[in-house]
Amino acid sequence: MSLQFLADGLVMGAMIGLGAIGLTLTYSILRFANFTHGDFISWGAYLTLTLVSVIGATIPQGAAPIGALSFGWPVVAAGLVAMVLTGLLALALDLLLFSRLRRRGSAIVLVIASFGASLALRSLLEFIFTSRPAYFSREIQVALPILPGVRLTPDQLSTLGLTAVLVAAMHLLLTRSHIGRAMRATSENPTLARVVGIDVAQVVRTTWLIGGALACAAGVMLGLTVQIRPYMGFDLLLPLFAAAILGGIGSVPGAVIGGLIVGLAEAAAVQLIGANYRAAVAFLLILAVLLVKPTGIFGARA
Amino acid sequence: MLDLVGYGAFFLVTALSYAIICLGLNIQWGQTGLFNVGVAGFVAVGAYASALLTTPETADRFGGFEMPIAVGCIGAMIAAGLCAAIVGAITLRLRADYLAITTFGIAVAIQLVALNAQGLTGGPFGIGFIPRPFAALAETPIIFILANLGLVAGLALLTYLALERLARSPWGRVLRAMREDETAAASLGKNPRLYRLQAFVLGGAVMGLAGAVQANFVGFIAPDNYLPALTFQVWAMLIVGGSGNNRGAVLGAIVVWGLWSLSGFAMSAIFPPEQQARAAALQIVAIGTMLAAILVVRPRGILGEEKIVSRHVPATDARS
Repeated sequence: MSLQFLADGLVMGAMIGLGAIGLTLTYSILRFANFTHGDFISWGAYLTLTLVSVIGATIPQGAAPIGALSFGWPVVAAGLVAMVLTGLLALALDLLLFSRLRRRGSAIVLVIASFGASLALRSLLEFIFTSRPAYFSREIQVALPILPGVRLTPDQLSTLGLTAVLVAAMHLLLTRSHIGRAMRATSENPTLARVVGIDVAQVVRTTWLIGGALACAAGVMLGLTVQIRPYMGFDLLLPLFAAAILGGIGSVPGAVIGGLIVGLAEAAAVQLIGANYRAAVAFLLILAVLLVKPTGIFGARA
Repeated sequence: MLDLVGYGAFFLVTALSYAIICLGLNIQWGQTGLFNVGVAGFVAVGAYASALLTTPETADRFGGFEMPIAVGCIGAMIAAGLCAAIVGAITLRLRADYLAITTFGIAVAIQLVALNAQGLTGGPFGIGFIPRPFAALAETPIIFILANLGLVAGLALLTYLALERLARSPWGRVLRAMREDETAAASLGKNPRLYRLQAFVLGGAVMGLAGAVQANFVGFIAPDNYLPALTFQVWAMLIVGGSGNNRGAVLGAIVVWGLWSLSGFAMSAIFPPEQQARAAALQIVAIGTMLAAILVVRPRGILGEEKIVSRHVPATDARS
C-alpha cells in the first residue's frame, strides 16, 4: 500500500489547520462556535479570484508563473489584498450582527445567528458566481516524487510551506507581541483582562481580522490545490470544528496539529474504506474527543 | 378560482408538515433548551422509515413491506425516537454549543448514509412510489388535495393539542423548572438528565412523524431533501413564531413558509428561467438575513414564550 495518501492527508490537514486557527481563536476569545468561519474561507477564495481577474484585465500580457508553481505574482498580490478584505468582512459581520447579540448575553443565539449568516453568505456567493467550480489556473501540474511512492505537486508543497510560515508567525504574534498577550489574557478571563487595562474591544476586532485573514489564506490554497466553489468552506466546517476541538479550544498549535490529524484521518479513511463516508470521519473524531477528553490535546479548560 | 383553492391547500399541507417539525423542535429547544442543529437528520430518519415500510417491494433494496400508511407513520416515530435516544444518550451531557456541533455532524452523517447505502435507502436515486393517502381520489386533484389537507391538518392539530397538554402537565412543569434553576429542580428529586433525554426523544419522534407525513404526501424522497437548509428553515420558523410557544411554532411555520413561497414567486417573476438556480440562492440569502435581523430586532419572535405553563395558575395577564 503506497503512502501517497499520507502526503495528501498532510496537505489537506495543513489547510484545515490554518482555517481552524481562526476558528479556535474566535471560539476561545468570543466564546461561541462560529458557523460562519467556513464561509470566510469560501469568500476569501472568491475575492482572490475576482482580484486576480481584475489584475489580469489590467495587464494585457499576462504574468508568468513563479518557478514550478501554477500561479504568478497576481495571485500572491490578490491573495494578500483578499486577506485584508476577508478580515474586514469578518469584522463587518461582527459589527452588524454578533456584537449586538453579544450584549444580550445568550451564546446560543450567537450560534443560531452565525448559522443564518453562514447560509446567507454562502448563498450570496452562489448567486454572484453560480455554483460552477472555478479554478485559478487550468494548467495541470506534474507531481514531483518526494519519497518513494509519494508525489506532491509544487502547489501542494507551497501550501505546506506557507502554512508553516503562517503558523510560526501566529505563534510569535501570540507569545511575543503585546496584542498577542492581550488576546491570550482575554481568552482566559475577559473581565480580569479589562481590569488590567486591556482594550477588549480592540482584542475582539483583532481576533476577527486575523481569523478572517487566515481563513482567506486557507481558501486560496484550497482553491489552488483543489477547486473553488461556494460550498468549499462549509464542507470543511466539520473538519474545522474537529481540528479546533481536538487540539483544544484556544490553542493555536493545537488547532494546527488537530488539523493535521483530521486531514490524515480523512485520507486514511478514504484509502481504507472509500471516499463515500469521508465527511463522517471528522464527525466521529469530534464525538470521540468530546466523550474521551473534551478539553482536547492542549486545552486547559472544557 | 379552483386553482387558487388547490394551490392554497397544497401550500397549507406543506406548511403544516413543517409546523409539526417545529412543534418537535419546540419541545427540544423551547421547553428544554437543547440546541439541536440536526433537525434534518431526524426528519430524514422518519421519512425513510415510513417509505421503507409502506412502499411495495423493490429489487436491490431493503424494505418494501407494503404496510398501511398509519403503520408507516408509527414506524417513523419509533425509528426517529430511537435515533434520538441513541444520540441523546451519547451527547446530551455536552455543553450547548458542543451539542450544536455534534447534532450538526449527526445530520450530515445520516444524510451521508442515505446517499451512499444504496441497498438500504436507494442511494442518490431516493425512494419513489411511496403510497399517498386517499390515493383512490387522485383522479380528482381538488378533492385529493383537500382530503390530504384535512388529514395533515388533523394530525397537526392532534400533535399540537397533545404537546400543549404535555407542556401543562407535571412533566412540562419539570422541564420549565429545569430551565429556570436546574439545581433547585434536582434538589427536589427530579433527574435532569432523564427529563432532557425524554424531551429530546419526544421531539425527535415528532420530527420523524413530520418526515413520514411529507414522504407520504409527496410520494418521493431523496437524500437531497434533508440538507442543512431544512434544519435552518425550521429554526427560522421557530424563532420567527416564538420559541417556547407551541402556537408560535405553528404560526412561524406558516409565516416563514409563506415568505419562502412568496420570495420564490418573486424570483421566478424577476429572473429569466435560465437564471432560476441563482435566484433560488438569492431566496436563501433573504431568509438567512431575515433570521439574523429577527434575532437582533425581536428575538422573542411574533408570539413570544409563554410565561406560565401550569393550567392551575390563571394565565390572564401573565403571557409575555
